[in-house]
Amino acid sequence: MIAQYIANGLLIGSLYACLAVGFSLIYGVLNIINVMHGSFVVLGAYITIYCSQYFGISPLLSALIGCLVLFVFGYLTQRFLINEVVAAPIFISFTLTFGLDLLLNNAMIQAFTATPRSLIVDYGSVTMAGVTLPIARLGAMVLALALTGLLYWLLRHSQMGRAIIAVRMDRHAAALLGIRVPRIYAITFGIGALMAAAAGGAMAVVYPITPLLSTVFLGKSFVICVLGGLGSVPGALVGGLALGLLESFGAVAFGSQWSVTVGFALMILVLVLRPSGLAGRKGFE
Amino acid sequence: MSGGSQALLWRGLVAAGLIAAVSAFGLSANNYLLQAGTTLAMSAVLCLAWNVVGGFMGYPSFATAAFFGLGAYIGGIVQNQDGPMALAWIAAAAGGMIFAALLGSILLGLRGHYFAIGTIAVVEVMREIANNWEQLTGGAIGMNIPILAGSPRAAGLFFYFAMWMLVVIAFAATALIANSKFGFGLRCIRQNENAAKMVGIDVFRFKVAAFVISGLIVSTAGAVYASMVAFIEPKDVFNVLLSIEVPVMVMLGGAGTVVGPLVGAALYVVLRELVWVNFINFHSAILGIIIIAVIYLVPKGVLREFHAVIRSKLGARPVGLGKG
Repeated sequence: MIAQYIANGLLIGSLYACLAVGFSLIYGVLNIINVMHGSFVVLGAYITIYCSQYFGISPLLSALIGCLVLFVFGYLTQRFLINEVVAAPIFISFTLTFGLDLLLNNAMIQAFTATPRSLIVDYGSVTMAGVTLPIARLGAMVLALALTGLLYWLLRHSQMGRAIIAVRMDRHAAALLGIRVPRIYAITFGIGALMAAAAGGAMAVVYPITPLLSTVFLGKSFVICVLGGLGSVPGALVGGLALGLLESFGAVAFGSQWSVTVGFALMILVLVLRPSGLAGRKGFE
Repeated sequence: MSGGSQALLWRGLVAAGLIAAVSAFGLSANNYLLQAGTTLAMSAVLCLAWNVVGGFMGYPSFATAAFFGLGAYIGGIVQNQDGPMALAWIAAAAGGMIFAALLGSILLGLRGHYFAIGTIAVVEVMREIANNWEQLTGGAIGMNIPILAGSPRAAGLFFYFAMWMLVVIAFAATALIANSKFGFGLRCIRQNENAAKMVGIDVFRFKVAAFVISGLIVSTAGAVYASMVAFIEPKDVFNVLLSIEVPVMVMLGGAGTVVGPLVGAALYVVLRELVWVNFINFHSAILGIIIIAVIYLVPKGVLREFHAVIRSKLGARPVGLGKG
């Protein structure tokens, strides 16, 4: 029984890691809290659901289409709207993304209605050592972990990734080295949106999705990033898995209606006691 | 000296004129306008309270809804125990003060994004507590509160004047703070907290004191609101949108000034009433557009823009603006 809780926690935790890593990247590089992140997740989920259920495209390919669309959307949003306030005090950029989120979310409710939809894929399930897991969920978990790992690798080894890290460390020095900072900002924002879309596609397998869930996803991103430490990929992974396990066991200990409260309460505790996060590392090393 | 007393006289006259206008409006308005006037007063109170922490001190607080909801529930619970309304409001003020002192001493150690996230999380946690602690709050179904005796018209007028009394109190507090050493200390903290510490300002006590003043005013407004609407529910009073709307209103008028919050609240409420009536399905989208427009068009507030225009045309000195 405990093994099943752990398995469930790790499974949902991997999705959480994918959910938070884009949020964390944008925070780290642009120093902006992207309130639209939750709506990006929902939008990615909807694109995946529509492509796969109305056009008959395979779920994996649908999720990748969602990623692509959101990357372009994120890139353009940053380039033309958010870049204007990137150097403004945090309150300004925070409020701006909040305003944009209200607009995006209202549009989604009008377009998709608030009815929950899910991505129904049935590939059967596997049982191992008394733990039962549906294969579709395992697939979602693998997709989430693979993309998170790929992002980590690209940041370390690709030229673009090195440029992103350089901008994160010192944007003035990066500009002197010939890196086009506004372009890096836009690409980073696009990658953040892409990761949100991937998380959305994976989430659609596990939860029914509605535009009203966007604040829930945003809240979870907050909690995960604070638990793991804002602004690093390993931090998001640690925070995501920690929150997944916490919710899985917290639901047993306190009842599932308290899971949000437990998460946020823990977050405030970590904020106050260990502001650098449980992993305690800074930056994208 | 005579210039100073003349300015004081002018301000007194303006204040008296405004009070007369507000009273005349309340007494002559129909029910819809009376309601709108009360909403305006409530927004102004919340803006003035936020301005102490977010404007003078420069801490991006999103805790407004936490204090508002706390006050509403304390007031509601006291009234449901057959406590008189005045006691309910006083209890809410005291509760807000204590909660602000506790929360402030924990959260004000954080800076920037971390402070912003922490304050939002407090709103979320409090809403969930109100949702789940059914014996005390009635849970997600909400809580009924005894209605004020008398005709609806008389009750409406009573709450209209009660809210405007709060505006007067909050405005007086803001004006006092702006011209005191305390206000100067808060502005120092906004400019550079470490430097403020170095020149001998007790930064921690200043920050907590500002947070307490702000929290006290907001939770009192929450209790008055609860008595007025006679029904509260967690998603209504602990609404994160409220936490965002208030700073946007202040920004619209001019954060860190004395009159800015009032001007911002008035402009915002009028704008909202005019636009929302026509687009009922797009509430939040329109709020979003207003936010985006404020940030791009008047990031420093209409008051400062207005003064800049006046100054460039007449070379006159701005009146009523705090330093900074």
